[in-house]
Amino acid sequence: MRSESGPNGRDTGPGFTLHHDAWGRLVLTDVSGREHAGVEPVRAFPLSSPRHGVSVCDAEGRELFWIDDLDDLPVSVRKVLEDELTRREFVPVLRRVLSVTAVEPSEWRVETDRGPTRFLLKSEDDVCPLDDHRALVTDANGIRYLIPDLRELDATSRRLLERFL
Amino acid sequence: MNGTTQNGKALPPEWQRDAQSRLEHGERILATFEPDLDQRLFFARGLVLLTDRRVLAADEDGRPGAGALRWQAWPLGPDTTLKAQEYGGAGVLELVGPEGRLGHWRFTAGRGPEAQRMLQQFALLRASQDGAPPPVDSVCPSCGAPISPEDGRCLACSPEPTTPSVSGLLRLFRFTRPHARLIVFGFLLTFASTTASLIPIYLTQPLLDKVLIPHQNEKPADFGLVPWYLSGMVGAALLAWLLDWGRVYTLARASERVSADLRSKTYAHLQRLSLEFFGGKRTGDLMARISNDSDRLCNFLSINLVDFATDILMIVMTATILLTMDPLLAAAALCPFPVIAWMVYRVRGRLLRGYRQAGVAWSAMTSVLADTIPGIRVVKAFAQEQREIERFDHSNDRVFYANDRLNRVWAVFSPTVTLMTTSGLLIVWSFACWRAFHHPVTVGVLTVVIAYITRFYSRIESMIRMASATQRAAASAQRIFEILDRVPSVPEPVRPVAPGRLQGSIDLRAVRFKYGVREVLHGLDLKIEPGEMIGIVGPTGAGKSTLINLICRFYDVAVGAILVDSTDIRSFPVEEYRKNIGIVLQDPFLFYGTIAENIAYGRPGATREQVVAAARAARAHEFILRLPNGYDSLVGERGQSLSGGERQRISIARALLTDPRILILDEATSSIDTETERKIQAALENLVKDRTTLAIAHRLSTLRRADRLVVLERGLIVEIGSHDELLRANGTYARLHRAQMEVMQGHAI
Ligand SMILES: Nc1ncnc2c1ncn2[C@@H]1O[C@H](COP(=O)(O)OP(=O)(O)O)[C@@H](O)[C@H]1O
Ligand SMILES: [Mg+2]
Repeated sequence: MRSESGPNGRDTGPGFTLHHDAWGRLVLTDVSGREHAGVEPVRAFPLSSPRHGVSVCDAEGRELFWIDDLDDLPVSVRKVLEDELTRREFVPVLRRVLSVTAVEPSEWRVETDRGPTRFLLKSEDDVCPLDDHRALVTDANGIRYLIPDLRELDATSRRLLERFL
Repeated sequence: MNGTTQNGKALPPEWQRDAQSRLEHGERILATFEPDLDQRLFFARGLVLLTDRRVLAADEDGRPGAGALRWQAWPLGPDTTLKAQEYGGAGVLELVGPEGRLGHWRFTAGRGPEAQRMLQQFALLRASQDGAPPPVDSVCPSCGAPISPEDGRCLACSPEPTTPSVSGLLRLFRFTRPHARLIVFGFLLTFASTTASLIPIYLTQPLLDKVLIPHQNEKPADFGLVPWYLSGMVGAALLAWLLDWGRVYTLARASERVSADLRSKTYAHLQRLSLEFFGGKRTGDLMARISNDSDRLCNFLSINLVDFATDILMIVMTATILLTMDPLLAAAALCPFPVIAWMVYRVRGRLLRGYRQAGVAWSAMTSVLADTIPGIRVVKAFAQEQREIERFDHSNDRVFYANDRLNRVWAVFSPTVTLMTTSGLLIVWSFACWRAFHHPVTVGVLTVVIAYITRFYSRIESMIRMASATQRAAASAQRIFEILDRVPSVPEPVRPVAPGRLQGSIDLRAVRFKYGVREVLHGLDLKIEPGEMIGIVGPTGAGKSTLINLICRFYDVAVGAILVDSTDIRSFPVEEYRKNIGIVLQDPFLFYGTIAENIAYGRPGATREQVVAAARAARAHEFILRLPNGYDSLVGERGQSLSGGERQRISIARALLTDPRILILDEATSSIDTETERKIQAALENLVKDRTTLAIAHRLSTLRRADRLVVLERGLIVEIGSHDELLRANGTYARLHRAQMEVMQGHAI
């Protein structure tokens, strides 16, 4: 699949290279050698299928490349893209819920894959079940926390979450 | 220097000394910023200081809490700048030099405003170095006191949201206060009727001991007393009946009043909440809270609470009578009581959680209804009836399972309570028999005691069953108070400035706005003179409607300020301010009612002549006359019996009738054909004459009359000028214009 044509007839394989410049911007060099500075990778389905459908847009938000599957890319490009994606998406994964206060807005103390933190939740609607076992918690600042599988949480966390789901 | 910076924010105390020691002689800290993420986006602490000559930064170097900080410093050269960007919940503050990025710090969205303040300080520093005029003051949104840009927030008041300490049901008593008299009267009746209902049992004792038992033992019995006792019993029963009647009615009425008050308070509060609240809520959920939950509370107040009060009275009274008659027996009767209390305590939390879940499930089900019924045309058009049925069934199942779980708890609990009370009675019986055997006690006393104890236990049992009703009501109360506790995000000012009739000058200063974490306006500056007509153009999604929302104060700006007549709009009372604004929206909404009522919506006292004049001006008059009932025709819910263009013309008439100082047209003519639009244009010309008008339009020809055109692109103002100026500038506007001309010519061919 690697060097097959993308949907735009463009090459999605090693047809472009990526690197960071001195300003920390991501620079894409396409087949013709043209450089696009400040490009942004965007996942099309960040929740339902994060590894499929990644679009690389230029600084104005116009699509340059469409990548069907991240795993089809050569490792070097993929690595840069994944790094950049993790930096643009700040969705900590909730590992444990330590405490939730009773009155709204409730204050949460949690452990995430990015370390422990606490946040305020405006109302119970901000805990939103995605499908059968996943849920997304959006705090008062709009930061999203993902619960990938409710069944894998410990009993205390599940009990604390029960009231919201 | 005491470690506080000019923006009033203190350094973290444990880092203060370290930070101070890094400063050069005479160096002043202008702003501090505490990034809360490290480069890998893990939660971590850090510090960035902006001084009058350098930027200093410290972090914990991957060893949180160790106390050792890693410091870095950069002198501020003439080409060095600070920038901040935010995306998807995290942001980055960057220090950029001529050759590239010098340093960058990552933070979560919550720290965004702090980062913006540091940038403002930086801009101030640059401005003072260039000798530019000092930036203008802003006004505190809450109290109206001026805020200087150095502070970034009001020092006079820092409004903190107050969280209530008592939860749920107890807070209901606030609503009972206005009806205190009725309620006190009801309780007096309760007391009287309870007393009356206890008399017949009391009279059985002399009847037994003085008449029946002596007679059985073949002693002389005074049968002459029997009619007296019997009539006493009948009299007491009749009295109890009468008093009960009054009691039930009085208390039911009081509770009905309380819950009606609660409902209208909640609805009134809901109306005052800003659009932001409704954006995050589902209609069905709100409807369920106001109708269903308040009904539950009413039931609780009128039935359960009254019963509860009666039960307590009964229990206290029977206990007193028992204690006076036979203290030991009474004590024995109370044996199972602690066990029962413990059980109630255990089951309470489970019931509350269960009822809350059931409430949420019910809301979700109502939401499905509120979602699909208005969209029924789409459902049918795409033949998705079966899927909608399944969606409803799915949420209906959730209601079922939530209640089913509750029932499981209840099913065990309820018979257990019965078992406990029955065993209590058994204890009493055996104790009583034992006592009767050892100490002579009259059968009369024994009968009465047993009768009272039976009553005592049946009351206790019914009171415990109330645990369920109480928890259900508590869950409902919580859901209602969640609405009542919500502070509008467009708050009323503490010290309001009366707007009166405005002149209509509008001044946007560095306005930024975010929906959630997504910033859609990135700093707009614009001055509009009174009476000026401004056309706003730009591709869809540029933020034109958002700008209008801010000017109408449907939302409050995140950073910056909007001044109308040189006063921050946040210091006007919201309703009075909006009276000065007439708005025609992209998707006009009509309410259920007649056309005349809909036109007069913003000015209910308008005469028929005024309504017709407004309709004429909006070119709606003629089509209204063609309707079977003219101005009295019903438009149906959401105006569904009218075409899009007709709805729009009615909403234009509605805006015109209020004679606003500021008129806002958000694609008001987008679903009107060119012919009609031209006619409306002519009408608008008079109306626009001496009021400030902001018009958004896609058809550029609509904006021919505009004094100035503002071109908005991706949340920024890219061009300002008249039609001709912008064409000459050959920028975005010229491009849009060319594209439209081509399309029009294409049509002409
Ligand atoms: N209530 C909302 N919540 C979240 N995002 C919104 C909301 N309203 C508008 N937006 C987003 O803000 C941006 C600007 O929208 P808007 O001001 O309506 O654009 P337009 O210029 O077409 O009127 C759009 O990208 C839109 O998706
Ligand atoms: Mg719009």
